[in-house]
Amino acid sequence: MTRKLLSLALGAAVSVAAVSAASAATLDDVKSKGHVQCGVSQGLPGFSNPDDKGNWTGLDVDVCRALAAAIFGDASKVKYTPLSAKERFTALQSGEVDLLSRNTTWTMTRDTALGLNFAGVNYYDGQGFMVRKSLGVTSALQLGGAAVCTNTGTTTELNVADYFRANKMQYEVVAFEKADEVVGAYDKGRCDVYTTDASGLYAQRLKLSNPDEHVVLPEIISKEPLGPVVRQGDDQWFNLVKWTLFAMVNAEELGVTSKNVDEMKGSNNPGIKRLLGVEGNFGENLGVSNEWAYNIIKSVGNYGETFDANVGPNTPLGISRGVNGLWSKGGIMYAPPIR
Amino acid sequence: MASDRAIEAYVRTEMVPEEAPPASTSGVIGWVRQNLFPNWWNAILTVVGLYLIYLVAASLIKFAFIDAVWTGTDGSYCRHDNNRGKVPQGEPIGACWAYVKAKFGQFMYGFYPEMARWRVNLTYVLGIALLVPFAIPSVPYKLWNAILLFGVYPIVAGILLSGGSFGLELVETTQWGGLLLTLVIGITGIVASLPLGILFALGRRSKMPIVRLVSVIFIEFWRGVPLITVLFMSSVMLPLFLPEGVTIDKIVRPLIGVALFSTAYMAEVIRGGLQAIPKGQYEGAMALGLSYWKMMGLIVLPQALKLVIPGIVNTFIGLFKDTALVSIIGLSDLLGIVQTSFADANWASPTQSATAYLFLAVVYWVFCFGMSRYSVFMEELLHTGHKR
Repeated sequence: MTRKLLSLALGAAVSVAAVSAASAATLDDVKSKGHVQCGVSQGLPGFSNPDDKGNWTGLDVDVCRALAAAIFGDASKVKYTPLSAKERFTALQSGEVDLLSRNTTWTMTRDTALGLNFAGVNYYDGQGFMVRKSLGVTSALQLGGAAVCTNTGTTTELNVADYFRANKMQYEVVAFEKADEVVGAYDKGRCDVYTTDASGLYAQRLKLSNPDEHVVLPEIISKEPLGPVVRQGDDQWFNLVKWTLFAMVNAEELGVTSKNVDEMKGSNNPGIKRLLGVEGNFGENLGVSNEWAYNIIKSVGNYGETFDANVGPNTPLGISRGVNGLWSKGGIMYAPPIR
Repeated sequence: MASDRAIEAYVRTEMVPEEAPPASTSGVIGWVRQNLFPNWWNAILTVVGLYLIYLVAASLIKFAFIDAVWTGTDGSYCRHDNNRGKVPQGEPIGACWAYVKAKFGQFMYGFYPEMARWRVNLTYVLGIALLVPFAIPSVPYKLWNAILLFGVYPIVAGILLSGGSFGLELVETTQWGGLLLTLVIGITGIVASLPLGILFALGRRSKMPIVRLVSVIFIEFWRGVPLITVLFMSSVMLPLFLPEGVTIDKIVRPLIGVALFSTAYMAEVIRGGLQAIPKGQYEGAMALGLSYWKMMGLIVLPQALKLVIPGIVNTFIGLFKDTALVSIIGLSDLLGIVQTSFADANWASPTQSATAYLFLAVVYWVFCFGMSRYSVFMEELLHTGHKR
């Protein structure tokens, strides 16, 4: 009896699942288990957060959903693993997740030394400053001697140090562990400046008691290109994730949306025909069906749609496209052509 | 005669009725005088103390009840109208209970599918139905109760919660969260640490050198590392050590870590109790010809455990609260899921986090206070011989 219990307990504890080895074909693996295991953040407004019903939503989440749509034709075949910043790379390296879509900044070290590949950029972020209007400051260069509220132990803190040192300004850091503490301290006037990634500034502004009294300064002091990450050494999977992003950007550029995608299948534009799989074998070359991009657009939408739905001007975050606009509209979102 | 009468006039024939004590020493006024204002410095302390209580309580009540927002469908109900909200500017905004209400299911069950939440509730009901009679000393059949509670119940709970058999839909442990996960980790830790702790405490006092050495190394190792390190090891390092193709469940990893960690503390608490038992008790037991296990089980441990009930419960409560640390390794326990919900921009408001933390504090307090009261009850019951 005891032995039986023991084996039961052990069986429950050690589930020997067929986890993809780092070098094996992730795509075959994903196809056989029937879902994409996606690593997301534990909660970042507009990028990955659960809604009231417990469904994950956000810009990063939409990358996972688009990938599932490309593979299975069904955007809901994703399982999410919320990961903290510290464990995210291990989770990817050990095969616990197939894809890391967790507002991860593309840096050289991560791309090279960590054995990871960044499959593209789905949001160009950068660190910004918010100050009280009453300070009368219009540029970050006037912030000499200011007390700066920020998160502890992040690149944010280092960027501030670099920026102030480069411009020979004095400053004082008031650092907290959690974003909520930082914004609370700033709101209560413990510091003059609140700095974090610009997308975060927009999200936290809603938590200020009187946002009219605050202004975001024009300077962006760091480059934070955020994008999905895969393991090195699996080019097929890398290509699929990369082209999933490109397909969404191309769709926006070609004016294909989730609403008109069915009509667009009859379009005469050769670019649209190739994108939607009416012409050519582009999907098969990726290892998925030729309808891959159609499925992405139909169930998730093009890049502009997901941007507007998650962080755009009509959401509580109200972020304008800015650099994240299409290259043809003043931004830097640019995708190689499908041909 | 006349003088007799005169004297008689002074003698009462009936007893003087008992008078109530002076108003100044009895009742509410008397209590207040005696306890709050017995002399001038105590009076000053009382006034200052009352003022401090008033400061805290008044603003807390104002925040949590008077200014609170009870209904709403998104964060705009808890923001001022200059902040894309619905509250007129200048009006105070208190706790945003509408947000806790909207997220309540998530706080309780995490990402557990709504359709399957009855299974969690059933697990709770079964657990309570077994625990309550077990915890009340006068209810008979303790042995059967214990077998059901510690032997059968964990298996039933495991089947109910994870499903995958008996026609129940499979719910992966990654979907567990909120209070459910906190309780799973906390209760598993509590249930595992007490028996293991007793074993290691006995092992550390054993005369067998290897057993003693192993126990000392185990206890000192786990006491020597912070719980956060253990959790990081379990979630970040362990997957790298395991052979490819083998994964240990993301919940089970910290579960084992927390259980072993609290075992070490429990062992030391119990060793303290063992040391308090006079040598005569051991010698007496041995003189009666009892074997080691009988001596421990019948004579020493019942006395030792009774002595260290406060310490044991202290460890339990500490363990229950320490489960909040698992949110650092990406598990959505009660604290983790609450912090995750801060990221929902639909509910962003100035009082969002304060409300959620207030709610959290109440939930944790209810559980910890419950444990604490039960331990007081057990101490009263078992106070034979050492209570003053």
